Amino acid sequence: MRATDIKRLSLYLLFAPFALWILLLILLPHAGMMYISLREKVAPRVYEFGFENYINFFNEPIYWNTLIRTGSMSLLVTFLALLLGFPIAYYIAKIAGNRSRGALFLMCLIPLWVSDLIRAFGWILLLRETGVISSSLQWVGLIGTPIEFLYNDAAVIMGLVYTVILFMIVPLVSTLDGMDKSLIEAGYNLGGNGPTVLRRIIIPYAMPGIVAGCIVVFMLTAGSYLTPILLGGKNSSWFTEQIYDQFITRYNWESGAAFGFLLLAFTSIAVWLGLKLSGQTLNSTVADT
Amino acid sequence: MQSNLEYDLQCSAVKKHFGSVRAVDDVSLDIPKGSFFSILGPSGCGKTTLMRMIAGFESPDSGDIRIKGKSVVATPPNRRNVKMVFQHLALFPMMNVYENIAYGLRCNGVSKSDIRLKVHDVLERISLPDVASREITQLSGGQKQRIAIARCMVLDPDVLLLDEPLGALDLKLREAMKIELKLLQHQFDTTFVYITHDQSEALVMSDNVAIMNEGKFVQTGTPQELYHNPAEAFVAGFVGDNNRWSGKVKTVTNGIITTETKAGLTIKGSARGDVKPDVGGVVSIFVRPEFIAAKVSAKKSGKSNANNNTIDGLVDSILFNGANSRVLVRDKVGELIEADVILTGGTDDLKPNDPVRLDWSPDQTMCFVG
Repeated sequence: MRATDIKRLSLYLLFAPFALWILLLILLPHAGMMYISLREKVAPRVYEFGFENYINFFNEPIYWNTLIRTGSMSLLVTFLALLLGFPIAYYIAKIAGNRSRGALFLMCLIPLWVSDLIRAFGWILLLRETGVISSSLQWVGLIGTPIEFLYNDAAVIMGLVYTVILFMIVPLVSTLDGMDKSLIEAGYNLGGNGPTVLRRIIIPYAMPGIVAGCIVVFMLTAGSYLTPILLGGKNSSWFTEQIYDQFITRYNWESGAAFGFLLLAFTSIAVWLGLKLSGQTLNSTVADT
Repeated sequence: MQSNLEYDLQCSAVKKHFGSVRAVDDVSLDIPKGSFFSILGPSGCGKTTLMRMIAGFESPDSGDIRIKGKSVVATPPNRRNVKMVFQHLALFPMMNVYENIAYGLRCNGVSKSDIRLKVHDVLERISLPDVASREITQLSGGQKQRIAIARCMVLDPDVLLLDEPLGALDLKLREAMKIELKLLQHQFDTTFVYITHDQSEALVMSDNVAIMNEGKFVQTGTPQELYHNPAEAFVAGFVGDNNRWSGKVKTVTNGIITTETKAGLTIKGSARGDVKPDVGGVVSIFVRPEFIAAKVSAKKSGKSNANNNTIDGLVDSILFNGANSRVLVRDKVGELIEADVILTGGTDDLKPNDPVRLDWSPDQTMCFVG
């Protein structure tokens, strides 16, 4: 065998797992879902090709209201994660010493060692009517009767921010890490005050990391299922819950598949808009960090 | 110390400790208006810390820093009219050239039309009128250098600090930038404080140079003073090339010290520095290669002063470097001595293994106690 053949063969072999993964786990299921979503049920076991499932979504306000609500709450979660994550990332990357940096990063990672489910139950233990917070407040005497902190939007948002903030911090730390400290000093030296340096130098420099973190966090939040259900209960009306309902409760795969694609389209458009507005490209953000 | 408006920058007894390390130890300096001042020292001597204190990124433990006579110790860095060219320039990569230069003006609240005027004016002065819309990555090393200076100069600073900005450039460009920096300083007529560990940068460009070692200023003076009249052995050894020996003083007569080196050479020299050597004391002896004349022994052409040092030896090797060529001569005790020679390419040039006589005056032989 010639050397070029060996090279080509090894390339194929190395590429094969990735190709199989994309094909079997991403493309094939989505193609199947797409096919199902475009079937209209006209009679039991009789289907026709059509957009009925998609049209249903727009005709039923409860469906698209849920999607809008999921989208806007995800945006809020993304914004809060950025607001909380940026100072943490800045501290880790630029202020903390070399030794404490590793420890701080590890502390951010530790929650990931516990599964989503356990973490959500942790919040439940804290927030429920008989939970830690309610009973401590009672014990201190600030409230007379137990208060239910669970099953409202605030609880859902808090839980989601807690779950996803790490995915904001990691890309931010990696971009800020690459920033020469003398850029900040030059910013001050040339006459900028704290807010100017932050607005004109640090944030523009960190923009790829900010956008990358926001994309990841937004996608994770909009597609999350466990946290909104467990912390928001019946009132959460998260769009993934609707999809779950269609598939499992109503056994209406056609409609569920259509909802799935609508969520994908919605989040993709949101990400595209975000990239356009921030003047970034996918290449300069997610691929770089 | 009197604060004086003739001085753009004054430091008095500035000290800075990091833990037990004395980074800057009791440094005082006065830099006259419009001069080019260099702080020259080996890495880790505290020169960068001193510069960061002047810029305001560190605060001194004690002492005072005055700019145009006014103490700035309590002034934050963005309120000091001292601008700095950073070691790696620190041009903002997300802004183009125009925005980089305009940044400082915008911070000062200059109007848009004035900014445009000033930016184009300063680009004109650094002879890069057409680069305003370029990205930083599209500039060459020398252009970046000039933009970094323009970014500071557009703000009309009282003092411009330069922290080894030529370090990242290749040799040829560095040589060119040395001259250019000096010209820019003349053109802008601003006080430049230049920090470097490269003696040739400091000597070529500066009006005055301070030699810094272990947090202290060892000697301050014009480049010529430092080169020809070093006050301490450290300065003699750090500035310029040297042949260096350590010897014991045999006799002292009429200011001429006769010493014997460990290897057994007898060298006559003159005492330098504050402390005069005594008979029997140990001295460090420095001789610059350009003061040693190397002549082929057979020819008795030059008439040698009887007082001069003469050493016979064989040419070991020729270090050809155009006008700065050197010859390495192995003397009778086996040491190598460097001497400058002129190589014309003719048949008279020295060749390896030629017997030569080295000849230099005791006046050019600097002896320091210790």
